Amino acid sequence: MSDTTVTTGTTGTTGTPATIVQGGKEPPATAPETGRAPRLRRPGRLRRIGLPYLLLLPALLLELLVHLLPIVIGIVMSFKELTQFFIRDWGAAPWSGLDNYKVSVDFDAPVGEALLHSFLVTCAFTLLSVGLCWLIGTTAAIYLQETFKGRGLLRALFLVPYALPVYAAVITWGFMFQRDNGLINHVLHDQLGLTDSAPFWLIGDNSFFALLTVSVWKGWPFAFLIMMAGLQNIPRDMYEAAALDGAGMWQQIRRITLPSLRSVNQVLVLVLFLWTFNDFNTPYVLFGRSAPEAADLISIHIYQSSFVTWNFGTGSAMSVLLLLFLLAVTGVYLWITSRERKSAHV
Amino acid sequence: MSSVRLAARPRGAAKPRSPMAAPRSFLWSRRIFLTLLTGFVLLPVFVMVSSSLKPLEDVSGKFRWMPSGLTIRPYIDIWKTVPLAEYFVNSLIVAGAATVCSVVIAVFAAYAVSRYQFRGKRVFTVTVLSTQMFPGILFLLPLFLMYVNIGNATGIALFGSRGGLILTYLTFSLPFSIWMLIGYFDSVPRDLDEAALVDGCGPIGALFRVVVPAAIPGIVAVAVYAFMTAWGEVLFASVMTNESTRTLAIGLQGYSTQNDVYWNQIMAASLVVSIPVVAGFLLLQRYLVAGLTAGAVK
Repeated sequence: MSDTTVTTGTTGTTGTPATIVQGGKEPPATAPETGRAPRLRRPGRLRRIGLPYLLLLPALLLELLVHLLPIVIGIVMSFKELTQFFIRDWGAAPWSGLDNYKVSVDFDAPVGEALLHSFLVTCAFTLLSVGLCWLIGTTAAIYLQETFKGRGLLRALFLVPYALPVYAAVITWGFMFQRDNGLINHVLHDQLGLTDSAPFWLIGDNSFFALLTVSVWKGWPFAFLIMMAGLQNIPRDMYEAAALDGAGMWQQIRRITLPSLRSVNQVLVLVLFLWTFNDFNTPYVLFGRSAPEAADLISIHIYQSSFVTWNFGTGSAMSVLLLLFLLAVTGVYLWITSRERKSAHV
Repeated sequence: MSSVRLAARPRGAAKPRSPMAAPRSFLWSRRIFLTLLTGFVLLPVFVMVSSSLKPLEDVSGKFRWMPSGLTIRPYIDIWKTVPLAEYFVNSLIVAGAATVCSVVIAVFAAYAVSRYQFRGKRVFTVTVLSTQMFPGILFLLPLFLMYVNIGNATGIALFGSRGGLILTYLTFSLPFSIWMLIGYFDSVPRDLDEAALVDGCGPIGALFRVVVPAAIPGIVAVAVYAFMTAWGEVLFASVMTNESTRTLAIGLQGYSTQNDVYWNQIMAASLVVSIPVVAGFLLLQRYLVAGLTAGAVK
């Protein structure tokens, strides 16, 4: 269901009818709707029909092998009692029915309780991170819409967090958040005197904010990038017309810029949501193998439940639950936003 | 470049987007916002660069904004403290091979989608793209078991080898690469490759003699993207590598979470491993940005 809806997300900004995915862009006059590129007059009908599939084959095989097949296997695994004794021959592991799922969602028992906690932490984290990334990215893009001195430099600068390898950036933040020799405590405690004693940032409750800071720092340039591209598609005469009608700068932003970004937003927010919700790299590099409870994101949690305890069955069940949740959210989100867009157009 | 030319004009005139003169409130809020944001963005970069030039006392005691003395020792010592060269070579091999394979495969697939009408085209593009949406953790466990079992059954070592990592990484960058390349290939006029076909080139000949050369900027951008993806990946590298195949991501991460860390050396190492990708990205920024955003905007 996400499939059909994902494409609706990529179609149609007002004014740009073509979609890349569709491939129907600039339809050649010689090719009728029957398909199969009749204008390529090569000998051998079979070869002609087979060629595109042959070209796609490597990509398709690899995606099947590394993405889709493991997902199917993962679903099968989630119904098995798969502990370290069966790693070498997982087919021999006994079936366990829904046991793994029952353990995962039994919120009164420790495993389920920890999973629920991790899920809620992830939800709060994602909401804040996506919100902030979107806000900073959009604001920066709007401020950089006009040409001014230093604009090109700023634009390149703002993309640095996106370009840096995740681990290099996160390790640096980890250093800044060190209790005794980090920059953050030096500024907050030593220089500004805001705290009585130097707080810990990478353990305990503060770790949530440390993680959030790093995530926003790393994530907002992507929102910025997409928004910049979206802004370029707004026809200039719309602003001119508005200016003639006496609309001021702020009004133009509110009445023209923001509404025109609606369809870009639809995709951007979804992508940010999925990436942030599934983020593993940031907490893993920041905290190492054991994330503090306050920053126990779901990916890290599942990773630990699987590789620390070597209990792959339960880990798979949790992964499948995560997938179902993401599919449901994606479906509902696209359904709602597409309806809104339709009614906005009418 | 355009900003430089326009900067020579009086301030009020340089407004291609908005014909209205920007009010003061706008200009001031912009100045404040952009200044704060630049500070936020550059803070870690400053820490990285300055700390990498500090002697050890400066980074093990209280944080200092300015080094007590400049030294390049960290850049020399880091190669001995951790097997950085080994990690570097591993990362280079893995990311390089994944990039080459990913680009070649993406070129074929994008050519098919861009130039042919065929049944299942839409299903293909949507399926391939939607694999981007799945959480990595979902297929990490099964893939790990698959690699272990394939190794046991056939003797092909995928688990713990660079080969397994290359195979995994190339599929990560493949969907976006295909997507970006479709856009670039679509912008190459069809007349060009049709002329090549008339001249007696086969479809593959037309691809490599006409379409690929015309889309070189796009292909380079895709290569940079694929390289960045593989160079920065952490999750799969943490499970699929062993002592001898460890990549930079895991090597540095492991070292930085130890108790006794030479932070000046770690910062030097972080800077060294960042420079190739950041430089590549900034140089090719324009092509990459165009490709990355094409899908979301259209």
